[in-house]
Amino acid sequence: MAVIAPTDFRKRKERRKWQGRAFFVLCLLAITVALGMLLVLLIYIGMKGWSHVNWSFISSFPSRHPDEAGIQSALLGSVYLVIIAGIVSFVLGVGAAVYLEEYAGRNRFARIAQINIANLAGVPSIVYGILGLEIFVRSMGLGKSLLAGGFTLALLILPIIIISAQEAIRAVPPSIREGGYALGASRWQTIWNLVLPQAFSGILTGVILSVSRAIGETAPLIVIGALTFVPFSPDGPLSRFSALPIQIFNWTARPQAGFQEAAAAGIIVLLIVLLGMNALAVILRNRLENRS
Amino acid sequence: MEEQANSHDRSEAPRPRNRRMWHGVPLERVIGFFLFLCAAVSVLTTIGIVAVLVWEAAQFFGEISFFDFITGTKWTPLFASKHFGVLALVAGTVQTAIGAMIVALPLGLLSAIFMSEYAPNRIRGLVKPVLEVLAGIPTIVYGFFALLFITPLLRDVSGGISVFNGLSASIVMGIMILPMVSSLSEDAMRAVPRSLREGAYALGATKLEVSTQVVIPAALSGIVASFILAMSRAIGETMIVTIAAGQNPNFTLNPLVPIETMTAFIVQVSQGDSPTGTLEFKTIFAVALTLFVFTLFMNLLSQYIVARFREAYE
Repeated sequence: MAVIAPTDFRKRKERRKWQGRAFFVLCLLAITVALGMLLVLLIYIGMKGWSHVNWSFISSFPSRHPDEAGIQSALLGSVYLVIIAGIVSFVLGVGAAVYLEEYAGRNRFARIAQINIANLAGVPSIVYGILGLEIFVRSMGLGKSLLAGGFTLALLILPIIIISAQEAIRAVPPSIREGGYALGASRWQTIWNLVLPQAFSGILTGVILSVSRAIGETAPLIVIGALTFVPFSPDGPLSRFSALPIQIFNWTARPQAGFQEAAAAGIIVLLIVLLGMNALAVILRNRLENRS
Repeated sequence: MEEQANSHDRSEAPRPRNRRMWHGVPLERVIGFFLFLCAAVSVLTTIGIVAVLVWEAAQFFGEISFFDFITGTKWTPLFASKHFGVLALVAGTVQTAIGAMIVALPLGLLSAIFMSEYAPNRIRGLVKPVLEVLAGIPTIVYGFFALLFITPLLRDVSGGISVFNGLSASIVMGIMILPMVSSLSEDAMRAVPRSLREGAYALGATKLEVSTQVVIPAALSGIVASFILAMSRAIGETMIVTIAAGQNPNFTLNPLVPIETMTAFIVQVSQGDSPTGTLEFKTIFAVALTLFVFTLFMNLLSQYIVARFREAYE
């Protein structure tokens, strides 16, 4: 670096200080814009849809008249989808996590599975829809049913569930396992009675967060053939179905202002459900942290 | 991965003492096999995705020349005069994804710097979860917001903008992927050891200089990886572009006119009444394969960058 005269140094110091402050303001501005956008989005949707949210909106079937249109079948569809997807992905995800953490060791299959899971998490959701259409709807003959939709969503959230369950299992200290083995318990007895109970809150938190992601998924359900107009409640796992995001999509695409309000109201219901599930996850996590 | 494997050494686990049997097979083995099957499902998912896409796309390319597909710029598979130039859809996808990055990159990086270098812990603890809310909002909600709030706003500014346009979708998609950029970049920046910063401060550097000349270079691999992952996410995003960007496959980078992305086309065909087995229907597999290749490449690239260029301190 060139030698700088003292007066220059002072000048440059002033300038650098000034630049530093300007940069701080810039950073502050960026985060304000990001948070401000969230605020604008919520306020806009609230203003547009709040007057539309009431009991008859939740308990009515869709209608050609925006004022009478409701979300009962869509909401029920979403609930059933989430129950199916939640159960399937919970069993498969925790099973896979236990296998990878406790059984597989360093074998080649485990390494491949681990890399594979990381990559699956980055596959676009619409591609899962195409997989579901080919495997569940067509090959397995489930048709465009709740079961096909639930299975598709289960595969979609499986990588996230496996990763979070692995973290929860890994957080259980080895001494717990050693204690189990010292008492003569077998590997599975140790896992079932000692490891899983310790990891359970963490696993459940991950499952709830993943499932709340599944509720908002739209694209894969469109691909496997969810209906946009369902004037009946689903009556079994093979029933055709709609889902809350699908209904919102359908209303958004219509030109009438009334349907746009209905869409906003649907979004409010969707966000409240998501918020509730996330709050549940946070409460569970806090309880876990307090206990240990 | 090696670290995980070392956390508790499985070789020390004693032989199963559980003698319970299940149809003549030790229960322990049955359970082990069941757990293996669970893990196998995730591998089978990948195999299934690749097999389905390649198999159906191969049938499509039996009828349509692969060369025309990847070099053509006219996309009209649903019209009487059919053209299958996927570049029209790729242009729409790339345009919206790059537009989203132009929004998310500076905002995300500056937010990350704010949280990692400036914010006191209390503020950070408050802001970070709120930012994560942005990431958790379903994309259908963003699509609604883009079409009914951002687009009218843009059209107030300039009348020359179409109702469906890439710009509105890009802006909103940028907001959607912003938390991904900021959160992953921040993690990378916080992993830079304090001593590096302190050394620079001791030499009289300002926070700006420390951030841009010490922390960002040290965390660069993580930051670049977060950009690529966010870009991959933007390419695969469906609902925002379907709702706000239109269904007109234009081979253009003009963000003010209607376009169509690869994902939006798949939705368009899925919603339509093309019977399965027709050529129109098979196009979605060829398009999905293209999309899958794009995102897979970017995901692998980001993993490679993290593995290869990570500056490991301590």
